[in-house]
Amino acid sequence: MAIHRGRGFAAINYPIGMNLGGDPSQALVHSNPDGKFTVALSAIDLGQGMKSVCRQIAAETLGVPVEDVYVDTADSDTGPHDMGSFASRGTHRMGNAVIRASAEAREVMLEAAAEELEVDPGDLVTDGKGNIHVKGAPSRTITVMAAAQAAQFRQGRTIAGRGIFLIPLSEVDADTGEMSPVTTFAHAAMLVTVEVCDETGEVTVTDMQSAYEVGRALNPRLVEQQLRGGAWMGMSHAAWETTEPYYPERDHGPVDFNSYIMPGPGDLAPHHISILERPAEDGPYGGKGPGEMCANPVLPAVVNAVYDAVGVRIDDLPVTPEKVLRGLRALGGAKPRQRL
Amino acid sequence: MTFKPVSFTLNGSPKAAFTTDGQNLLEFLRRGVGDLSPKYGCGQGTCGACTVTIDGVPQLACLVLAETVDGRHVATAAGLADGPRLDPLQEAFMERFAAQCGYCTAGMLVAARALLDANPRPTRDEVIEAISGNLCRCTGYEPIIDAILDVAEGRVQA
Repeated sequence: MAIHRGRGFAAINYPIGMNLGGDPSQALVHSNPDGKFTVALSAIDLGQGMKSVCRQIAAETLGVPVEDVYVDTADSDTGPHDMGSFASRGTHRMGNAVIRASAEAREVMLEAAAEELEVDPGDLVTDGKGNIHVKGAPSRTITVMAAAQAAQFRQGRTIAGRGIFLIPLSEVDADTGEMSPVTTFAHAAMLVTVEVCDETGEVTVTDMQSAYEVGRALNPRLVEQQLRGGAWMGMSHAAWETTEPYYPERDHGPVDFNSYIMPGPGDLAPHHISILERPAEDGPYGGKGPGEMCANPVLPAVVNAVYDAVGVRIDDLPVTPEKVLRGLRALGGAKPRQRL
Repeated sequence: MTFKPVSFTLNGSPKAAFTTDGQNLLEFLRRGVGDLSPKYGCGQGTCGACTVTIDGVPQLACLVLAETVDGRHVATAAGLADGPRLDPLQEAFMERFAAQCGYCTAGMLVAARALLDANPRPTRDEVIEAISGNLCRCTGYEPIIDAILDVAEGRVQA
């Protein structure tokens, strides 16, 4: 019996969003009676932080404090139209829609303030703290709340904005097969180290080193959280999880969490993450979306590492001990590709 | 169906409610008493989302008969904060971004609180052991382990 160590590398290009009939998201922004703002979206925050990011984006565009923005994703029956939270599209699609809606609302907000201050709206700036003042003359000022109340009670104006972001459907060129299914790619590279036991076939991921290129990390802590958790899930899909161990036979499929095996807190590999920022041209403030990409590079990297360690090339996930042992038997024993 | 009265303390306050034959503690707490902090995950003791303590010992509420807590002390995640003052574990979970979807969080917090009450300076391995019955699908566990160690090692103050 021997434990063989191996290293595997993988690099991916990951498309943001999808191309099925176009990929639109809508956002509506309006001011509330207290001079704060609500952003209405129909895409749901699953815990990835979409509400936080859309809140930051709206506050930045409106020019108001982030505390003064509320994001409401309550109900897809009554909210604006959206395709949903999937395909790593949230930050990119909804974020762009939020920018457009917020910019339209900001324009009306400045018109209302301008009427109160008797100046041209083009001369007004926001300080990001809840005030609007004349450029170069901070004493000519009005609060956002006072402007919103003037709009409601004196001017008869609605401080509101509509935004849509649409990537139109890209048809396939019948002659060349050419198409442009996506406008933005994120990127990742991953190096993992594994240990493979040639007696039990068990694969243990012992180290993960990664670099993820995510456009601009609009909320770095949320990005890191998503990458860390997503890479864990990738590791789990690479070496542990399956609902169909003998597909298409249904035998021995897991029926509960006792038999659906996932790595627990004692099975973690240290993961060193580097976040690279290269703002996307059509991203909201340069943002793309880490999303599903967190998990993707781990799977090929683990498979390559197993090949490196024992010479067994596995093309069917997850890399279970049984598959490793069958591969070793076919090879006539472990054939490490290098001594580590 | 017979109704049985159950008197117990929930997070330090006396409570009394009726349970029915065979009702488990999770259903009793959520429907009978109105404490929604223990979550229904698997309903068969494999996910840990419903973790509560009974007389200080972590238990899976979905596997405990409600009538057996008569006269005993039950604690849930809803009792961790003292008004607006959060438990240091809650502060540390926020600081470390130790929750995403949040479904496991209440059970994790209860398991972690029970650990620290019994063993205020656990090692990393002891923390891992203490939460090994709690599944998390989002975080990769590391932020949760780090948050608990932050409290144990005094990096987060009450």
